[in-house]
Amino acid sequence: MEEEYEGGIVKKFMFVNRKAPYGTVYALEVLEMVLISAAFDQDVHVAFLDDGVFQIKKGQDTKDLGMKNFSPTYRALEGYDIEKLFVERESLEERGLTEDDLLVDVEVISRADMAKLMGEMDVVMTA
Amino acid sequence: MAYETNGKTVEADEEGFLVNINDWNEDLAGLIAKDEGIDMSPEHWEVINFLREYYAEYQIAPAVRVLTKAIAKKMGPEKGNNKYLYELFPYGPGKQACKIAGLPKPTGCV
Amino acid sequence: MSTLHTVNKSPFERSSLQSCLDHALEGDSVLLMEDAVVAAMAGTAMAPKLADAANSVKLFVLGPDLKARGLDAAGVVAGIGVVDYDGFVDLAAENSTVQAWL
Repeated sequence: MEEEYEGGIVKKFMFVNRKAPYGTVYALEVLEMVLISAAFDQDVHVAFLDDGVFQIKKGQDTKDLGMKNFSPTYRALEGYDIEKLFVERESLEERGLTEDDLLVDVEVISRADMAKLMGEMDVVMTA
Repeated sequence: MAYETNGKTVEADEEGFLVNINDWNEDLAGLIAKDEGIDMSPEHWEVINFLREYYAEYQIAPAVRVLTKAIAKKMGPEKGNNKYLYELFPYGPGKQACKIAGLPKPTGCV
Repeated sequence: MSTLHTVNKSPFERSSLQSCLDHALEGDSVLLMEDAVVAAMAGTAMAPKLADAANSVKLFVLGPDLKARGLDAAGVVAGIGVVDYDGFVDLAAENSTVQAWL
């Protein structure tokens, strides 16, 4: 096992975000998992679909909630070498959003392509 | 634990990280540094200020390798390397510098 | 390469099952468990969608969760297999990945 690790077995990981932020702790927890996963030099993908697209909506302001606005942290992912961010086009459209509403650079792909991409992963974490 | 500065008590966790980031000021940073056995120089301050700016922009304390890379990008490779940063902060530029900067423990630091 | 998708929320409360079916690939397996088992019953508004999905993915429902809710395993949509916990383990082992739709 150790040899395999030393040899650098790289797996394809995908973190799938389906929930809006703040109502539950899922979005923040996944974001922290993504940041930690960066330390393991794996092939990390992050997907936003369904209400998950709201996690990267521009203009979030949580001051009145007394909660931390963690949306700026998605912009730090690039510095963690996590650059494979995917957003599902249908999910945006269903919610009246476009790519211009998003606060990070992402690749917008169709639902069918998202499904295909998920199928290529070794590990998928959905929340 | 807690820090005493200018007659005020500032709350910190068991490792010495501030509970409330807004409690931070430069005097307190000097005090935390002293606790860590560090005599603050302009080079130390440069890193501390960089960390605070990073936090203001991204709302996280960077993992050490992310910090190193970001410093290299902004200040050049002679500062953005492990040797330089560990000489300034022997217990780790991630953990120790973040503590002095009043930030939480780095996210993604394992 | 195939995936076992698990869904544990009722489709009448959350969109997880719909989203799962939208993303499951041909040959994948979908297991309905916990509150999601209500979707397996014939005669619900979801039944046509499941009958349709059964053409491309393998559908399963966890028997103990049906039983607990007073739902009769004999009354599930045609094409949905009823499994027990051992069957769940087998499904997890047969597929290369497990994806839990929370």
